[in-house]
Amino acid sequence: MIALQQVTKTFSISPTTSFTAVDNVSLTIERGTMTILKGPSGSGKTTLLALIGCMTRPSSGRIMLQGVETSFFQATDRSEGFDSSSLPERFLTEIRRSTFGFIFQQFNLIKGISALQNIMLPAYPTGEQQPVVRQRAVELMEQFDLLRHCNSPVEWLSGGELQRVAIARALINNPIAIIADEPTAHLDSQLSQAFMESIGLLKDSGKTVLIASHDPIVYNSSRADQVVEMRDGRIVQQEPPV
Amino acid sequence: MHHALSRHRNILDFALSSLLRRKAKNISLFLVYTLIIFVIASLIFFVQALKREAALLLAEAPDMVVQRMIAGRHDLIPTNYGEKISAIRGVSEVTPRLWGYYYDPVFQANYTLLAPDTAPPPPGSITIGSGVARNLRIKTDDLVTFRSYSGTPLLLTVSGIMPLHSELVSADLVLMAAEDFQAMFRMPKDVATDLAVTVANPRELVTVANKIVELFPDTRPILKSELLRTYDSLFDWRGGMMVVMLAVALFSFVIFAWDKASGLSAEERKEIGILKSIGWETGDVLLLKFWEGAVISLTAFLAGVLLAYGHVFFSSAALFSHALKGWAILYPQFRLVPTIDGYQLSVLFVLSVLPYTAATIIPAWLAATIAPDAAMRS
Repeated sequence: MIALQQVTKTFSISPTTSFTAVDNVSLTIERGTMTILKGPSGSGKTTLLALIGCMTRPSSGRIMLQGVETSFFQATDRSEGFDSSSLPERFLTEIRRSTFGFIFQQFNLIKGISALQNIMLPAYPTGEQQPVVRQRAVELMEQFDLLRHCNSPVEWLSGGELQRVAIARALINNPIAIIADEPTAHLDSQLSQAFMESIGLLKDSGKTVLIASHDPIVYNSSRADQVVEMRDGRIVQQEPPV
Repeated sequence: MHHALSRHRNILDFALSSLLRRKAKNISLFLVYTLIIFVIASLIFFVQALKREAALLLAEAPDMVVQRMIAGRHDLIPTNYGEKISAIRGVSEVTPRLWGYYYDPVFQANYTLLAPDTAPPPPGSITIGSGVARNLRIKTDDLVTFRSYSGTPLLLTVSGIMPLHSELVSADLVLMAAEDFQAMFRMPKDVATDLAVTVANPRELVTVANKIVELFPDTRPILKSELLRTYDSLFDWRGGMMVVMLAVALFSFVIFAWDKASGLSAEERKEIGILKSIGWETGDVLLLKFWEGAVISLTAFLAGVLLAYGHVFFSSAALFSHALKGWAILYPQFRLVPTIDGYQLSVLFVLSVLPYTAATIIPAWLAATIAPDAAMRS
């Protein structure tokens, strides 16, 4: 479970000016559910995803992670969970690597290397043996119908294929949660539907899914368990209501 | 431990594939780097080998040479000076030496003529260096004509050619009998070019030299140690052409490293952002950039050193022998004996590989300290 308690994120633009991207947000995301953050551009969706995904720390408030295994967290404390907002960078990287898989709006794949190598990349610094990672990557490629593009450089792939490579990469470290930021922004309706199908299957397999999107195909999806609408950094509506 | 090794291996693998992705840029970096190391290493090898040859040559030189001076210039020395010098306490032997130069107007070359005191060629014959033999296109038993002081020809038979391995010192050398030498230059029998003095106890050399100057104020004793010092300053890091060539090479390296350090391409910066966003730590990115820099600098260093070794010891430093071997017309053709100064190579390694690797890491470190969420906003 992920629980946000009165989380605020303020960016300093200059010594006298600041901008509050996320303002006093409290939210609970249950394990194995799909939560959609919807709202216009600048409403704070991406910042909220970054905060949950341990990419940045909140200015105030707590982000409790429960059921997350780390090298620094004692097994006896697991039921309590821990506050990720006060952890040093090193621990945040470890959580980010092992707990979350990210799918970005621009896919953020590295050009010039193969689809397979792109999928394996997040596992390189974990110190896992390459043959083991490769085997897992090949299985993911098979799952997402990408096997024929195994050794193709990513710039040869279509938009939908790139999206599937990005999903496979997000799954390589077998994360508990998938975080996707505007994943359908560069896809047509058909590919967007296909993406929701794929991500729905991940939810069915027990993954927690968190998507930020202003695409109706995403936030109207029947797969969603919770839709949170944001505006000006605040939650303005939540379905089902808390 | 196992995980740490695997992490290094994984990141090294990715570093290699990153280098291959930017093939053109990295090959050009490698070539420039190799060229600079090649020039510097060639200089180091060449100078080391020459110093070694010079040291071998001077090992057989007399402890002291006494020359007579007139108006600040070298003049012939009466052999009876030698008799009085040998009477000085501590002097074990004094040998008058006959040597000089001969300009061959036909082939426009200078030869060094020497009448050795041990095993001289019989009168009427000469032993010549291989440079002279090449220049005159002669072999053993051929006849050679030298012009004597009066212009009359002096006919000499070549009795032998000196072996190739001594060519550095003997390329332009002509050994002849003292009688022929004196006849050729109309030199009186009671004078010599200089006197070679041997002193039993090397500690007494300076004292003996002082006594010689006291006894013959018109003489100049030259100690072997002074010759060694002259060779050292000629061939050392600080001497002659070396300092100019080294400065140029090092300056090129600084420009090269500066260019590298001045920043990453937009594409490289974007890649670092992506790696950070998918769970790479700043340390992982630095390790990646370290391997990229280390692979280029280590391979370029090795390639540069190996090429320099081949250049100096197999092609006799063909690229700069004319600049460094001196001004003679008869360039010696010889193979330098391989000598490697580990200290100087280590200095070269530390001064090239380390700054280059640092120059690779610093801009990457600046780029890698960005927040991981920056990739979400790009």
